[in-house]
Amino acid sequence: MSFISYLINGISLGSVYAIIALGYTMVYGIAKMLNFAHGDVIMIGAYVVLTAMTSAGLPAYAAVLIAVVFCTLLGMLIERVAYKPLRNAASPLAVLITAIGVSYLLQNIALLIFGANTKSFTSVVPIPPVVLADGNLTITGETIMTIAACIVIMIGLTVFIKKSKSGQAMLAVSEDRGAAQLMGINVNKTIALTFAIGSALAAIAGVLLCSAYPTLTPYTGAMPGIKAFVAAVFGGIGSIPGAMIGGILLGVIEIFGKAYISSQMADAIVFGVLIIVLLVKPAGILGKNIQEKV
Amino acid sequence: MSGMKKMKKTTKSNLITYGLVIGIYLVTQILIMTGSISSLLQGLLVPLCSYVILAVSLNLTVGILGELSLGHAGFMCVGAFTSAFFSKCMVDAIPVAGIRYFLALLIGAASAGIFGILIGIPVLRLKGDYLAIVTLAFGEIIKNVVNILFIGRDSNGFHFSTKDVMSLGMEPDGQVIINGPQGITGTPKDSTFTIGVILILITLVIVLNMIHSRSGRAIMAVRDNRIAAESIGINVTKYKLMAFSVSAALAGVAGVIYSHNLATLTAQPKNFGYNMSIMILVFVVLGGIGNIRGSIIAAIVLTLLPEMLRGLNDYRMLIYAVVLIAMMLFNWSPKAIEWREKHLSKRKFAKKKCAEEV
Repeated sequence: MSFISYLINGISLGSVYAIIALGYTMVYGIAKMLNFAHGDVIMIGAYVVLTAMTSAGLPAYAAVLIAVVFCTLLGMLIERVAYKPLRNAASPLAVLITAIGVSYLLQNIALLIFGANTKSFTSVVPIPPVVLADGNLTITGETIMTIAACIVIMIGLTVFIKKSKSGQAMLAVSEDRGAAQLMGINVNKTIALTFAIGSALAAIAGVLLCSAYPTLTPYTGAMPGIKAFVAAVFGGIGSIPGAMIGGILLGVIEIFGKAYISSQMADAIVFGVLIIVLLVKPAGILGKNIQEKV
Repeated sequence: MSGMKKMKKTTKSNLITYGLVIGIYLVTQILIMTGSISSLLQGLLVPLCSYVILAVSLNLTVGILGELSLGHAGFMCVGAFTSAFFSKCMVDAIPVAGIRYFLALLIGAASAGIFGILIGIPVLRLKGDYLAIVTLAFGEIIKNVVNILFIGRDSNGFHFSTKDVMSLGMEPDGQVIINGPQGITGTPKDSTFTIGVILILITLVIVLNMIHSRSGRAIMAVRDNRIAAESIGINVTKYKLMAFSVSAALAGVAGVIYSHNLATLTAQPKNFGYNMSIMILVFVVLGGIGNIRGSIIAAIVLTLLPEMLRGLNDYRMLIYAVVLIAMMLFNWSPKAIEWREKHLSKRKFAKKKCAEEV
């Protein structure tokens, strides 16, 4: 029975990674940049929810809504101020280093405002736990909520990209930015929209993550952010179903590693997976192998 | 003709760099002798040497190779722990500090270099930002591994454990060498400021000669246009791996200096974590990507400045972050470059000179 419970926990954690990885993979697909600050947007989202609930006394759904709006605006602001000026820079390292700077800035702003102490996060999920198999298997409300949210987001995003004009524009920009511009697509707007969606997802991921693991520090977002990137690479960076599969697989691997091998080495196992994937199939499970053109 | 002139120019520039280091060393020694440096500042001199070496070695990866390493603190950690382990084991066997330190340096550099190769082989084949993320992960893993590692020695040999001291199962005469989160205590304090400066000079000789050698030009060709470099027969992976492993080995040397200056060596986020890697990156970015001399100056200024402005300590990290973003936007944004060329013709000239130095 413990195997099934580990599996469910793994899928739940993996769903959070998948939601974060969606943000990474969309931004990477369109802006061709690794948004290091993505993980820290998660942390900011969680702090916004915490502040809204404890200081302002708002109900959970309102707090989550505020966090989503806040992070969306934050994501667009970061893109506008820090990344857009470097879009055509001579070195691809420029925007990467700037992204690290932004990540560091967000962490330190949170450190100054909220302090280094761990804050305990109250779960925002109202669903009671489900007990199965005569009490041997308990599925928490957070787990159900996380998995449900992941599925809804996945379907919503796929429909948005397949059916809406903006979604099609996103696809076009990620295929060929220059050609998309010639077809009358507003590239700047499309990239800003991508950052907005990615950051909104980050806020949701932050709330779900902190509901399941109820501690919050300015560094909470960094590790899940990096692992979500691993998930995105695992599934094939740039691919939306890939991010989903990669995220869930990674979550399961992490929880099984913790349970059956060593709890301290779980992170090492996750990154070991990354190195193996890069060795065996650098394009990831669902990634396309793109040939370089001269 | 022009070749000779250029040759002369790079030699001159290298000599200025060496002269700068020696000059700073002499001034510091005079200041120490006249007693005008506080003991707090004197305690910073040896770590400063290791930071300078770290900055130079990271600049080799970022500026010359054009890849980003976010795990330089991890390589430093490898060098620090392997060499401290060696020195502590050999304190009785090799009583001469000089020989022991020399061997410790070789071991620290070699082990960090080997890790560099191990990471580089899978990652440097790929195009994209994978090196940044893998090195970042590596730094975190190394820090975790060191914190759960217990190694002891008794009359039967070495004992390993990942749990605690008790599970080492040693004889009563056993001695714990690596004590998990408590790290290594009692490494001989062999690092001095003079040795540190000599090692900085050796690092500079290695890096500057490498940059201006045939291999260095091949590395820069790969950085500037990978496909063109490949098409003229440059083995891209080989040269990338070469630059990266040398850079990692030098970070290991910095770790040796750092570890042989401490009574207790522990792996904490502060000294071997992500923050440290970022700090080194700030040195490199502030000094100018690809500009070795700039890295040295930035490392010195940014290490000493916060000590002099203690009141700003809370905001130090925040300022680093803002400096990092502002420098990148100012130096690399096409609009900013255009603006600079219009309004600051002097700076443009200086920039051109910098570009030629590389």
